[in-house]
Order: sequence, then C-alpha cells, then structure tokens
Amino acid sequence: MVEVRDVHYAIGGHEIFSGLDLTARRGRITAIMGPSGAGKTTLLRLITAQNFADRGRVTVFGRDLATTGQREIYALRTRMGMLFQNGALLTDMDVFENVAFPVREHTDLPEALIRKLVLTKLQAVGLRGAAWLMPAELSGGMARRVALARAIVMDPELLIYDEPFTGLDPISLGMILRLIKRMNEALGITSIVVSHDVQELATIADDSYLLSGGRIAAHGTPQELRASDSAVVRQFMTGGAEGPVAFHYPAPDYAEQLFETDEP
Amino acid sequence: MSNGRDGYLIEGVRRLGSVALFLLRLLAQCVPALARPQLLVQQIYNAGARSLIIIMLSGLFVGMVLGLQGYDLLQRFGSEEALGTAAALGLLRELAPVITALLFAGRAGTALTSEIGLMRATDQLTAMEIMAVDPLRYVAAPRFLGGVIAMPLLTAIFSVIGLYGAQLVGVQLMRVDRGVFWSQTQSSVALHDVSEGLVKSLVFGIACSLIAVYEGYNAPPTAEGVGLATTRTVVASSVITLLLDYVLTAAFL
Repeated sequence: MVEVRDVHYAIGGHEIFSGLDLTARRGRITAIMGPSGAGKTTLLRLITAQNFADRGRVTVFGRDLATTGQREIYALRTRMGMLFQNGALLTDMDVFENVAFPVREHTDLPEALIRKLVLTKLQAVGLRGAAWLMPAELSGGMARRVALARAIVMDPELLIYDEPFTGLDPISLGMILRLIKRMNEALGITSIVVSHDVQELATIADDSYLLSGGRIAAHGTPQELRASDSAVVRQFMTGGAEGPVAFHYPAPDYAEQLFETDEP
Repeated sequence: MSNGRDGYLIEGVRRLGSVALFLLRLLAQCVPALARPQLLVQQIYNAGARSLIIIMLSGLFVGMVLGLQGYDLLQRFGSEEALGTAAALGLLRELAPVITALLFAGRAGTALTSEIGLMRATDQLTAMEIMAVDPLRYVAAPRFLGGVIAMPLLTAIFSVIGLYGAQLVGVQLMRVDRGVFWSQTQSSVALHDVSEGLVKSLVFGIACSLIAVYEGYNAPPTAEGVGLATTRTVVASSVITLLLDYVLTAAFL
C-alpha cells in the first residue's frame, strides 16, 4: 500500500532522512516510532505528497508520488484519511459540518444521507451529542475524536494517524485504540500510526518501525522490538536517558558556559 | 553596501514573481470558486457588509470636510456655486476609491490575512489538502473575489454618502443654493468621471485583496509570522494603492 525506498530528504541543508526504507502493508497497522525530532511527521508529509523526497521513491497505492501530477495526487488523497496531531478542525464550522465537509466536497449525496453518515461516524467516536458545538467549545481530546470521525467519513483505504494518543485521557485513549483496531479488522483499512507511545502501539500494531538518525533503526513486531538487543531500540523502549540517542542538543561544555564571563 | 542593495533588489523581484505566480494560480481557481455562490456571498458579506459602518462614517466626514474646504476656497473666487461640481468630481474620481481602498486594507485586508494565516498555522489548510480539497479554491479564491466585488460597491456608497456630507455643509451650513448645488453637480459629472472611479476601485480591489490573501496564505505559521503578515498587508496595500492611483489618474487624463 505504501512503500518508501531509499529516501533521502533534507530541510535547509539539515539531513532528515538518509536512505529510509519502509513498507506499510495492505490491511495491517504499521507503527512508526521514534524520538522527538526523528522526522516522523516529515515522513507523513512525504507519504501524503505535501513534500517530495530529494532522492529515492515513495509509492502510495502503487503510484510513485514524484512522477504523479497534482490532479492525480488529489485523486489519491480521496482514498486516504489523516488524523492531525491538533485535530486541525475548520474553526468556522460546527462539529457536524466539519465531519460532513469531505462528503459535501466530493459527493452529491442527498442531505438526509449525509446526516445519517455523519451521525454514524460521530456515534463511533462518542460525540453524536456534540454535533452542534463549535470547535472552540471542544476539549483537545474531543477535537481529536471529531477529527477522527472526519478522517473516516469517506471510508478511506489508508488511514494515517499523527500522534493520536498525545494528551488523551485514559478513557478516550482506550476508545481510540479500540477504534483503530476495529476499523482495521472490520473494514480492512490500512493504518499508519506515528507515535512515541510505545506501550499503546504495542497493543495494536502488526509491524513496527523505529526511526532514528534518519534511518530505520529497527523493524519487526512490537514483541520483536522489545526483545531486540540493539542499544538504540533498548534505550527507546525503556525510556533511558543514556544511550546512542542523545537527550541533550549539542552544546558547549556545561560548566565552562555557566562560568564564562563574556557574552554567550 | 552594494551587496545589501542587490540583496533587497533580488528579494523584491523574487517577491514580485511569487505574487504574480500566486495570482495566476488564484485566477485559475476563480472560475470553480464562482460555482460555489454561497461561499462567495459569505465573503462579500465579510469584506463588504462588515466594512459598511466605517466606510459610511468616513465618507460622511470626508464629504463634510470637502464641503468646508471647497466652500472656503471657491468663495475666494466668488464661485461657491461650483461646490457641488468640486465635491462630486473630487469624490468620484479620487477620494472615494483611494480612501475606500485604504480603509478596506485596514479593516477587511487585515481580517483576511490574519484569518488565512491562522488557518495555515493551525493546519486547517493542510487538512484541506489532505482531504483533496484545494485551499486555493475553497479558501483563497472566494475571499479574493469577495474583496474584488465588495470594493466598487463600497466605493459607490462612499461617494454617495460623501456627496451628501458635502451637501450638508455646503447647502445647510454655508447656505449655497440647493438647486444650484445639485444642477451644477448633475451637469458637470460625466459618465467618464464615474467610470474613472469605478475602474480605480476595481483595480484597488484586485490589488488589496490579492495582497491580503497572498500574505495570509504565505504567512509563517507562528503568532509572530501572522502578525508581521498582517502589518505587511496594510503597508503594501496602502503604498500600492497610492502608486496605482497616480498611474491610473495619469492614464485617465
């Protein structure tokens, strides 16, 4: 469904990916994990053709995105849904209209059918009662759930989740986890979940990739990753401060900088 | 020094090219945007109806000042009956389109830039792209067209209210004969004068709306970025309006 082959990508001279390889197979839940700044969100931007690789190939639904025209990219996007980290709801519309937005834009369905469709999706995320609230009246977790309803309203073949668990209360978190799993099992939706919540991902993911230093540091089932003896994987899975992944951004000597008298 | 000057020049040309390309992309989306009249009407309401109070108040006061100044000037030559002509021509050809454009940039232009800039900053435009909805068509084009349509309408209202203000001062306060005021106005204002104001307002509408939408669409997705883009909208719109006004006035004379 999604193939990333030998991808190199740099922003402003800073290399983000150097030979990245990854496959998200049809009907499976693929987890992409990695420390902050590893390029997880950038990878999603490449998969959704918001950015293009400097070198290498990104293939979605069998189409090489680099050689696909803008019109076809838009056609491909109608087959995918994406859940944004902050929800990205349209602030001038209420919850109902937000979920109905892609349906109104891409279909000529009668109003009664749109209503049923939207209410069904809102029921799935537990927010049918909030249909007439404006985005500003929702909590962060509720906004994320509305965004999920919007992402699934067109019944996409590929669903991409960008940090879906951040800031959710345990009840919403459990619900989102079950929903991802249920949509994958019942509807055969291919899912790519980008997150650094190792425990949550381990319960639902079929394949896991650990991103570090611009490459895939490890790949396998969550169990395989947990059993890995790679230093990077062990540090990430156990949350260790010491290891190959530096916690501190490169800086001059701490003591020297604290006691120097000149301007920094 | 010369490097700095070259840098500014290159940056200026780059920016101009970027605005021109944006305009072409925007124009290509204007036809599909016209097929969504409810979006367009909403934007005409936002840019036009919501600017009415400020336009009407300003028009009234500008007209009243014009009445006072015009009367003071004309009575020195014993031709105060020409007040209607002076006020009408001044308003229709010059003051109404220019001041409306400046007010539009400050009221509607800033609102457009900050709205679109915040939509960018909160990923709303990206979300549209992922939902296979082109934000240029759904967000930018209706707002651009709304501004272009609203500007001549606001200018017309400014002219009418301004003329009423001039009449208020000239006729009611300074006792210029009402019949003379209106007959002079009627006989001296030609279609050419009205069309000059109309063309100016249309050009200013295109320039101000383009700048507002461009700045918002390309604003860095930060609070500071949106703030700076909003400031740039007012500054660039005002300067371009005055520059274009000179060019158009020279072309019409």
